[in-house]
Amino acid sequence: MTTQTALPLDVAQVRRDFPALCTPFHGQPLIYLDSAVSGLTPRPVVERVSHYQSFEHTNVHRGVSTLSQEATDRFEEAREKVRAFINAPSSTQIVWTRGTTESINLVAQTFGRQQVHAGDEILLSAMEHHSNIVPWQLLAEEKGARIRVIPMNDAGELILDGLEQLLTPRTRILGVTHVSNVLGTINPVKEIIRRAHAQGVPVLVDGAQGVPHLPVDVTDLDADFYAFSGHKLSGPTGIGVLYGRRELLEAMPPWQGGGSMILSVTWEKTTFCPPPTKFEAGTPAIAQAIGLGSAIDYLLGLGLDRVGAHEHALLAYATERLQGIPGLRIIGQAKAKASVLSFVLDGIHPHDIGSILDSEGIVVRAGHHCAQPVMQRLGIPATTRASFSYFNTREEIDALVSGILKVQEIFK
Amino acid sequence: MSDPRELYQQVIIEHNKKPRNYGDLEPCTHHAHGLNPLCGDDIVLKVVVADGVVQDLRFLGEGCAISKASSSLMTVNVKGKSLAEAELMVEQFRAMIRGTLDTAVQPNVLGRLSLFQNVKNLPSRVKCAVLPWATLHSALHGLETVSTE
Repeated sequence: MTTQTALPLDVAQVRRDFPALCTPFHGQPLIYLDSAVSGLTPRPVVERVSHYQSFEHTNVHRGVSTLSQEATDRFEEAREKVRAFINAPSSTQIVWTRGTTESINLVAQTFGRQQVHAGDEILLSAMEHHSNIVPWQLLAEEKGARIRVIPMNDAGELILDGLEQLLTPRTRILGVTHVSNVLGTINPVKEIIRRAHAQGVPVLVDGAQGVPHLPVDVTDLDADFYAFSGHKLSGPTGIGVLYGRRELLEAMPPWQGGGSMILSVTWEKTTFCPPPTKFEAGTPAIAQAIGLGSAIDYLLGLGLDRVGAHEHALLAYATERLQGIPGLRIIGQAKAKASVLSFVLDGIHPHDIGSILDSEGIVVRAGHHCAQPVMQRLGIPATTRASFSYFNTREEIDALVSGILKVQEIFK
Repeated sequence: MSDPRELYQQVIIEHNKKPRNYGDLEPCTHHAHGLNPLCGDDIVLKVVVADGVVQDLRFLGEGCAISKASSSLMTVNVKGKSLAEAELMVEQFRAMIRGTLDTAVQPNVLGRLSLFQNVKNLPSRVKCAVLPWATLHSALHGLETVSTE
């Protein structure tokens, strides 16, 4: 990738890969500032999925036909692409799931059920998405365990001074998001993992907002589990990834039972495949996995460093422009941020902002962003969130600013 | 896209800023809690019914301009109405938002509440406008249950 740093991203060229950006939406250009909710899909990914489904499809890991073997090869190649993308030691440590939420539920229901007992503790950060809270609450309820929370400051940064006190001999797992979906905060997960490991506590990282913005190296991070979704990387929905440390995956019981995941079945005893197959009962999302592989190819083709530089410049520009609007307050002022920008306007509810921006063709997210504890911590009911991707432009941020001024004019 | 001013008319903006009948109401004869979990709109409605008439009603809560203005205008328009009239208003308001009642041509009891009719063009906001009416219906439904005992 480093050879590509000399030239910045050709955004005009990139935009031509996105049919939605080249087609009027309700009569005006689509300004998509909502990639944190889901990435738009570039044409090569759409075409790859279409090609697979049209010409290469049958079930995988079944039968002796050439077609089945080739479908299996394409499917496993996608797994290898994911492995390389996050620098996992082995593709056997890449488990396909439906998405981040299912990945976390898988860990809670297998590792969690095995390791967490009455009186134990599960440590989560104050800025988790509901998907990294609710699965643990269900487990804690079932086991009589307790959830503890790493606090955050008003800027939206985790307060790690007391981390060692929160990591007790009863802590069975620490769950933390790589990048906050509301605040944009990039958490120092490598440091958190190091300190948790020093107390013997494994760490699950919610990477849903991490992988679209940052180069992720699970080996360097020393993560025990890393979860993410395909669609936030501009891949299809319905496909996600759970990376797990080999010894943990091997020791975990199966989650769902069924075809594919078994070595042999008799009425007396069933034996299971090694990971990752042990966790992949039934027919998987084949086209979606291949589509995710294609989305990774697309992103690597653009160059992760160039994508990062462009998004960082957009965030800096948007922060400067929005800060200049009287009555606007940016929510999330961490020193290290990804290109996610939440804000509130004095006296105007985010849903009204979202509706009026929508009438201008500007897509943002308004609401609690599936992170109600973050809203409660900050004392606000909701925010409006603009998130920037590699295909966005400064002109689109100018349009956002004009849209916000129009909202204020209507509510004057 | 439609002009947002068709929805965000001056009356709605004004009721959002200065909602009428905003506050607690005790003692009350009926109350209900209305929640729109997707948006986080959250209202508590308290009603005093006597002699088959809505004597007073007030609301408290958080929400967008559409839900707040809808709550405010509902309280203004329902106060003093009989229970039957109030239920008819609930029904007609819902029909208007669903697009099955055209207030310009069909007879109705909604009066100036018809200014919410443009919400039907914004499906994502329908629940915001309907929330106070659904909450009123719940509260009055409680009355029906009580009165049949």
